[in-house]
Amino acid sequence: MPREFTPKVITANTLLKGDVVYLSEADNWTPRLAEAAILADEADAHLRLLDAAARSHEVVSVYLTDMTPATSGPQPMHFREEFRRTGPSNYFHGKQADLK
Amino acid sequence: MYTYTEFDAAFVAERNRQFRAQVARRVDGSLTEDEFKPLRLMNGLYLQLHAYMLRVAIPYGTLNATQMRQLAMIAERWDKGYGHFTTRQNIQYNWPALADVPDILDALGEVQMHAIQTSGNTIRNVTADHFAGAAADEIADPRPIAELIRQWSTDHPEFQFLPRKFKVAVTGSEVDRAVTLAHDIGLRIVRRDGETGYQVLVGGGLGRTPMIGKVLHDFLPEADLLPYIEAVVSVWNTIGRRDNKYKARIKITVHEHGIEDIRARVDARYALIRPQFTGVDQQMLGAIRDEFSAPEFRVAPSNSYDAARKTDPVFRAWADTNLAAHRAPGYAIVSISLKAHGETPGDASADQMRVMADLAERYGHDELRISHEQNVILPHVHQSDLPAVHAALRATRLGTANIGLISDIIACPGMDYCALATARSIPIAQEIAVRFDALKLEHEIGEMKIKISGCINACGHHHVGHIGILGLDRAGVESYQITIGGDGGADAQLGDRTGPGFAAGDIVPAIEAIMLAYLAHRAGPSETFLATYRRLGMAPFKVALYGEAEAERSRRKMEAHVTA
Repeated sequence: MPREFTPKVITANTLLKGDVVYLSEADNWTPRLAEAAILADEADAHLRLLDAAARSHEVVSVYLTDMTPATSGPQPMHFREEFRRTGPSNYFHGKQADLK
Repeated sequence: MYTYTEFDAAFVAERNRQFRAQVARRVDGSLTEDEFKPLRLMNGLYLQLHAYMLRVAIPYGTLNATQMRQLAMIAERWDKGYGHFTTRQNIQYNWPALADVPDILDALGEVQMHAIQTSGNTIRNVTADHFAGAAADEIADPRPIAELIRQWSTDHPEFQFLPRKFKVAVTGSEVDRAVTLAHDIGLRIVRRDGETGYQVLVGGGLGRTPMIGKVLHDFLPEADLLPYIEAVVSVWNTIGRRDNKYKARIKITVHEHGIEDIRARVDARYALIRPQFTGVDQQMLGAIRDEFSAPEFRVAPSNSYDAARKTDPVFRAWADTNLAAHRAPGYAIVSISLKAHGETPGDASADQMRVMADLAERYGHDELRISHEQNVILPHVHQSDLPAVHAALRATRLGTANIGLISDIIACPGMDYCALATARSIPIAQEIAVRFDALKLEHEIGEMKIKISGCINACGHHHVGHIGILGLDRAGVESYQITIGGDGGADAQLGDRTGPGFAAGDIVPAIEAIMLAYLAHRAGPSETFLATYRRLGMAPFKVALYGEAEAERSRRKMEAHVTA
């Protein structure tokens, strides 16, 4: 039996500022993880990753990352993604400040 | 200190002009990211977790007041008002926007600074003893030769595509403050029978395969040094492993071929290229050396210093920990701690940078140094000015009296910023410092170097910490491995692992347990942690960390291993 596919979102850093963004359902880049499209189908996820990675005039370092779907939006399964969506822990900088 | 020639200034300006055009071509789509990435790395620009990061070289850690003020201006104008000083005597800006970087580089160029070769597989910023030109124990100032190596290595056509990065450190003192044994090439200025020469170490390095450097040449005359270094890099450039990134550093080449084989190859290469060095390098070195001539030291009474020591206990505590012996009578070397308890190791705000610049200008012969321990040094301060310097530092939270103590922690940026990190470093450093400040045990413990890395690449030098902490990702959880007994000094040693790692919430209590065990077992207050560890070995610390049962189990295992 094939292994169950862990739901994912597509994330990247913007070319101009380097800040973390996610691909939304409407194929826009959003700074908010809550607005990211959650991709539950493996084939679809890889296809959308290819399309997203081709937008190299907008973003760099595009990849798929595991998420747990929740009513409040996708929740990171790894602590690295938790930090990426929040910002550093030593200063109130980055997303935690920008998206207030 | 060294000032740019017209050639230097034109070279940096041209590189900046090229990079400005490269950024523009990336933004308008004419360059792909794959094409652009090596270009931005050549100019010190990384993409990290939350933003770009610009790494600016501070050659051999030396700055003047004007340069420090410019670093402050850049922090305020293009970043978030602060900069991070690193273990390689560089400064990193954590939040620059791509389009602003060409302006930042131009601003650096205005004060004779740049970010060239702070990344990529090139010869990186040459580091040196941060007490250079000031220390009482110094044989000679290591900075002139470091500057010569910088000029030789910058844009050296043979060495722009090395198997991997290459780091050189120089010390002019027997008390090695530059960790020369943990560099690709370590140079030590030594004196023998009245002659000054260089001991050349090779193949040291930390990272995933930590190694202590080996002596390649015991005593090399100065005139032969540059061709000899060129021969070393050239040999490694030819036989270094490009098939595997993790085996590409020269330490692996030396390890695999053996030091004798490497020496024979270097000697052969040296014989071939030595005639090409016709003495121009020595003329240049002479001119460089003139620029590093010592300032005119003042002769003045030190009464105010003695008086302040008697009347002000806070000043006295600071003077006892943060001053080092200067070679000129009546002078002191001031270490400014960037490790206020609870702050980020190595970070300085723009305001703090300006205060340090002002102090350097007013009291310090216009010189500042960045140490690999992530502090700032005023190398030449007359004792009579120390009370005023201390008062100004205290007013801007730079007066912490903790140099060389448990809260004077080296920490890499870790997963708060770095894209390579596997765990965070900064919060661990902050918590340890705050905890031991609250326990009021810092001075009781005495000399203690804790070094923290957030991944196996070891930017935080954890292998050579008296206590080293390595942050790892263990099944999706931050986990911290402890080593003890490491030493980054003249007889550098790698630390030994204590055993299983600790969760983030348990690491500070673990460090506390090690310290309490040390205090309980030391022969007396004058026996340092390192000395106690060398006398007693791991056993008492294992008991403190893991309990009797675990310590006994590992003792039996050791014995079985020895008998077998």
